[in-house]
Amino acid sequence: MDLAFTADEERFRAEIRAWIAGHLPAGWGEPGFREPDSFEERLEFARAWESTLADAGWAGISWPVEYGGRGATLSEQIIFHEEMARARAPRIFINFVGINLAGPTIMAHGSEEQKRRYLPKILDMSEIWCQGFSEPNAGSDLAGLQTRAVLEGDRFIVNGQKIWTSFAHVADWCLLLCRTDPDAPKHKGLSYLLVDMRTPGIEPRPIKQVTAEAEFDEVFFTDVEVPASNLLGELNRGWLYAGTTLSNERGPAFLAHQIRFQNVLADILDLAKRTTRDGVPASQHPAFRERLAKAYAEVEIMRYIGYRIVTAIKRNGQPGVEGSVAKLYWSEMVRHFQETALAVTGLAGLLDFDDAPDQGKWQRGYLMSFAQTIAAGSSEIQKNIISERVLGMPRGEVWAPKERV
Amino acid sequence: MDFDFSPDQYALRDEARRFLAEQCPTSHVRGFTDDTGAWSKDLWKRMADLGWMALPFPEQHGGLGQSPLDLVLLVEELGRAIAPVPFLSSVAFAGQAILRHGSDEQRARLLPSIAAGDRVACLAIADDADTFDEARVTCRAEPAGEGWRLSGEKRYVLDAPAADLFIVAARAGDEVRWFAVDEPAAVHPKRAYDRTRTMGSVVLDGTPAEALAVPGLQPALRVATGLLCAEMVGTAGRILEITVEYAGQRQQFGRPIGSFQAIKHKCAEMATELEAARAAAYYACWASASDAPDAEVAASIAKSYISDAFGHLGGEGVQIHGGIAFTWEHDMHLYLRRLKTAQVLLGDASYHRERIAQLAGL
Repeated sequence: MDLAFTADEERFRAEIRAWIAGHLPAGWGEPGFREPDSFEERLEFARAWESTLADAGWAGISWPVEYGGRGATLSEQIIFHEEMARARAPRIFINFVGINLAGPTIMAHGSEEQKRRYLPKILDMSEIWCQGFSEPNAGSDLAGLQTRAVLEGDRFIVNGQKIWTSFAHVADWCLLLCRTDPDAPKHKGLSYLLVDMRTPGIEPRPIKQVTAEAEFDEVFFTDVEVPASNLLGELNRGWLYAGTTLSNERGPAFLAHQIRFQNVLADILDLAKRTTRDGVPASQHPAFRERLAKAYAEVEIMRYIGYRIVTAIKRNGQPGVEGSVAKLYWSEMVRHFQETALAVTGLAGLLDFDDAPDQGKWQRGYLMSFAQTIAAGSSEIQKNIISERVLGMPRGEVWAPKERV
Repeated sequence: MDFDFSPDQYALRDEARRFLAEQCPTSHVRGFTDDTGAWSKDLWKRMADLGWMALPFPEQHGGLGQSPLDLVLLVEELGRAIAPVPFLSSVAFAGQAILRHGSDEQRARLLPSIAAGDRVACLAIADDADTFDEARVTCRAEPAGEGWRLSGEKRYVLDAPAADLFIVAARAGDEVRWFAVDEPAAVHPKRAYDRTRTMGSVVLDGTPAEALAVPGLQPALRVATGLLCAEMVGTAGRILEITVEYAGQRQQFGRPIGSFQAIKHKCAEMATELEAARAAAYYACWASASDAPDAEVAASIAKSYISDAFGHLGGEGVQIHGGIAFTWEHDMHLYLRRLKTAQVLLGDASYHRERIAQLAGL
């Protein structure tokens, strides 16, 4: 057991730390700095920051050198993400899908021509991607999705609807999972198409979410023509490829997530010190003090879990049991501490936005925390996976409606 | 970065698991559950023959020169087997206290017999009924010639009935520190809730003692806390194991109850608690063994999380077993009693959360 980084790795840390300090957006992190309010302004802000990262070659830090990436070691990736998180740098937002989902999936399953065509434009941000997975009737049961693609000559005709699609109305391309064989078992009739979002028949509509913001779209596909050459890999193997996409979503940025949560926790502790309850700071009030200490412990334990995951990846090429339980652990943890933060705001938390403490950050954070236990495999799906794949428990029977007399 | 044990350390774990499966099945454990103060001297002797007590002590003191980290997987296995021996007390608690707080001369004198398993040492901390806190230690130490005399009653002392060397927390003026006591005025064995361990009160009445050289109760307490957590991980892991196994066999409504989501999801929650606990226990042990800056808070993080999580895990283990776990014959209550006791030993979840709050500057 040794948790230290090597001298070379620490040199790399100093390099990236200095770079971040010199390139953060003007005014970022200074008192009074406010992130842009509207989604459009946030997109422009993100585009500028992420272009800065891309120009310096940081965007593809995890990508292999042969595809234009930096080919960084696992430790270097961890250090990069740690330093970004520690500096509270803006998160990768608009290019997240391209770098972390579409890019790695194309690398793993695309043709040489597709790799040459798409990958460089993800790296230099000249093309933005969105991910067409969830549907109104296919959430946890993703493989039950119904968006149809019918091959007619040299093109697919796509009809259907996607939902929870981030950046759909600004994306240039969509990594679309759709049904190409309705007669096959549901996992065996899916394919991946690379879809130009400017094709006629595609209509994104923003969804106003619980926080009153609109980060997602629903996307309607009506007789959308997609060239057959835009099929990724083989026909009807999309479910297997989706595994690549989703495993990248749970990749080595875990420790960076943890530092982001550490930052949030530090803000919650700070909130508790400047918020009174029964005449004393909430941080001194026995009920809140214990909840805050519990949150502190849970966030720290996420760091230890991260060390276990990284070590398993280094030793065996894949995360061990901790990898399977990690998502359930941290998403529930986020729910707990956001609820604690909201409780700390007390009466002041009855108000929202600029009338609430910290411009409504805790009111928004509480509502947003539900995204963690619902998205990317709900807690219930995680529990199915853990019980069946880690503990080897039997699969349940398939439910069938009883006939009513 | 490498946060896992070495192949050698895993080899020792495998050896321990094989040995304990053979020598310490629960049928052996049950030989000691009825009588107050009873423990398995036979098993102790065989463990000593394997050199387990010698493991974490320096070679010049009769040890094998390994670190406390080499103890982690071993105590985990002892927890898995709910072994009725005072290993945790003697080697992990008191032995480590002597190692970290004793002078060279004290170590040379006290450690070899512990390392050989000839002597059983224990750690006596609490005086009154409500805390293991250092600030509330009331047992008095008065100077007497070159040594000290201790007066007071140490309570809830794990393995006191098995011990012949007592490492006692006592107050000398404003300072609390460890003292070594050979012969207390009396040891009163008590009926322990955990039937696999012994517990008792230790009466000191002007009893001769020597002060361990390094003052304060830390780092001994955090080393002990980390290793107690590791032992709890072993017991909790065993509960999950037998629970999943039972859920796969027990048929109701024409199918194994382990195919019902209500049961599967409970087990998944238990597995998640177990893995988070494992990470926390290992980190606490690593931090105290390497004197990391966050060693003290890491011990409290582990103990607070694990105490709560395993209360839940143990309860669900009983619930999933149903009526059979409500019987004396079924082993579940032995594991549950072990966990419920360990929850409180060295400070419960609320106590350690208050420590976290203080250390985090709240």
